[in-house]
Amino acid sequence: MSSAPVQSAEQDSVEMSYAEAIRDALDIALGEDERVVLMGEDIGVYGGAFQVTGDLVNKYGEDRVMDTPISELGGAGVAVGAAATGLRPIFEFQFSDFAMLAMEQICNQAAKMRYMLGGEVSVPVVMRFPAGSGTGAAAQHSQSLEAWFGHVPGLKVVQPATPYDAKGLILAALDDPDPVMIFEHKILYKQKGLVPKGRYTVPLHKAEIRRAGADITIVASSIMVHRSLEAAELLFDKGVSAEVIDLKSIRPIDKQTIIESVVKTNKLICVYEGVKTLGIGAEISALVAESAAFDYLDAPILRLGAADCPVPYNPELEKASVPQVENIYQQALALCRREL
Amino acid sequence: MMSKATDSRTNVPFAINAYTKEQLKEALRKMYLIRKFEEGAEDCYMRGLIHGTMHLSIGQEASAVGSCMALEESDQITSTHRGHAHCVAKGAEVSRMFAEFFGKETGYCKGRGGSMHIADVAKGNLGANGIVAGGIPIAVGAALTAKRLNTGKVVICFFGDGANNEGAFHESLNMAAVWKLPVVFVCENNQYGMSTSIERSTAVSQIATRAIAYDIPGFTVDGNDLSSVAEAVSEASSRAKSGKGPSLIECMTYRWRGHSKSDRNRYRTKEEIEDWKKKDPILRFGEVLKDHKVITDEEMKQLETDVDKEIVAAIEFAQSSPSPSLDEVTRDVYTEIDQ
Ligand SMILES: Cc1ncc(C[n+]2csc(CCOP(=O)(O)OP(=O)(O)O)c2C)c(N)n1
Ligand SMILES: [Mg+2]
Repeated sequence: MSSAPVQSAEQDSVEMSYAEAIRDALDIALGEDERVVLMGEDIGVYGGAFQVTGDLVNKYGEDRVMDTPISELGGAGVAVGAAATGLRPIFEFQFSDFAMLAMEQICNQAAKMRYMLGGEVSVPVVMRFPAGSGTGAAAQHSQSLEAWFGHVPGLKVVQPATPYDAKGLILAALDDPDPVMIFEHKILYKQKGLVPKGRYTVPLHKAEIRRAGADITIVASSIMVHRSLEAAELLFDKGVSAEVIDLKSIRPIDKQTIIESVVKTNKLICVYEGVKTLGIGAEISALVAESAAFDYLDAPILRLGAADCPVPYNPELEKASVPQVENIYQQALALCRREL
Repeated sequence: MMSKATDSRTNVPFAINAYTKEQLKEALRKMYLIRKFEEGAEDCYMRGLIHGTMHLSIGQEASAVGSCMALEESDQITSTHRGHAHCVAKGAEVSRMFAEFFGKETGYCKGRGGSMHIADVAKGNLGANGIVAGGIPIAVGAALTAKRLNTGKVVICFFGDGANNEGAFHESLNMAAVWKLPVVFVCENNQYGMSTSIERSTAVSQIATRAIAYDIPGFTVDGNDLSSVAEAVSEASSRAKSGKGPSLIECMTYRWRGHSKSDRNRYRTKEEIEDWKKKDPILRFGEVLKDHKVITDEEMKQLETDVDKEIVAAIEFAQSSPSPSLDEVTRDVYTEIDQ
């Protein structure tokens, strides 16, 4: 197994959780740039619904770690306006689901302002979205909406899968002059990994091969990277060598990494947590079908995404509605054995 | 903005004059039922029998029961994430509520919704809501239906103090006022959103004053006094039913528990919580009923024991109910149409 050597090579690394890695990034950002402010609901004394901001308010004060009223449209819009005029706001939605209340300011304003004004302004706003299912919080607190945002020119959309990427992508997002949407996975917040001390960035547009393989390409994002790596391990026991690509960014998508992999393995499965229909997998399938890799395909392209329904409350139903390790393993095996 | 707890001439609380002994005892029984339902749910959650999260309204029972007391069975409500009390107050069965929390097919939402979406549409509860202020426009829509179809119904729209800062709140009050719709906005002001106090989030100190902006009546009442709530809501509901439009009633209250199951309680003091526990709305209403000879101590004990038994039976019903079948995960996304 050849996971990418991103972490072990770094010298001054410490083990921390995904949530701690994000907090570390926010701490660095607040510490080095007076223009950075955090905004969001209950991110101050409460420390954030998922304890991401933690005690930062004690270090930087309420003027820079700002609890907003429960006003997503206004709050996100204030962040957009502040970003366009000189601040560097990092806006936290308490759950990504509530960003729907702010779609106007994100999609009509932040995403289009630079273009509409002929390139005269940029909107360097960073928005953070705790996303995904698996917490039993049902239909309005469990969605994976990243593809919605991926459909909007003007936004950049990333989905870190590891603590290392979570920190590096936030700092890269802050350096970026345009609006960057960061979809964090709630279930990953407690997951630990090695994270370098101090500042570093992870490119906003690059996918990464997490496990090299020869027989099938699994393109996954966020928590599905971990499930795909587990499935790859099971496949390995069956003599199937799977290559697992961590997308990291869904806008832009790193086409080259995907195409090169498919040319090598001749088979492709896309695994994502958003609803399968009209989702990330459709885009990846199409970009491969439109590319030179098409001639290398030995089997149909498969998509594994969430069922065509809201996320249910019952835990068994909830599990059944999104791809699990077993589904990825079975589908990949069937594809390799031409049993589909 | 005024408080009107008692009839000043006789010093008899509104509820005592307005309702029969049976109705008053039933109101007390419902408050017990809500309290013990939530304690039971909390206990099941702690023991790992219920998953997800829940928002308990322990300490806020009077606003739910007092408001719904003013309604007919056919009237409707919209509720919030903190919606167990509204659901029971509007007549739901705790067995089917527990079944929902246990994710069972016999639950009110067939195991698809859980605590945050608890509803009882047949009894006029259009549902709790996972989205703060999400129910407010829905209530106005239900009131529009009532007006256009001349059903004579009134709709109570429950929401919290935090919800008053969402655009949906302001847009809804304006439309309800312009169209004179039969809706009563009941703000359960427990003084905090999740952790953010009114002072830190809201430009006005009393939410009832928001009514001025929409030229509708606004009242602040003691939300832990069932009679005051019932009085304000019945007046507002009569007004609404007679075509005069909406009102905004603010019930001052307090939640004893944390916001949800993951609250470290860093934003309130122990003293504040203890002070509010002394204003227990159930004890207070029980005293009022005893003072006015509506109920005896023995009868109260009996009510409580009966409710205890109902809770035990309800949990048993929930546990022994069937789970949804996995191949029906996409059932009810759309309405099935006979072709
Ligand atoms: C649109 C939206 N924003 C944020 C949340 C997260 N949230 C759930 S309840 C809550 C606090 C609500 O406060 P309030 O309206 O006062 O009701 P209370 O919890 O006090 O009953 C928050 C912030 C949500 N569910 N929906
Ligand atoms: Mg509140």
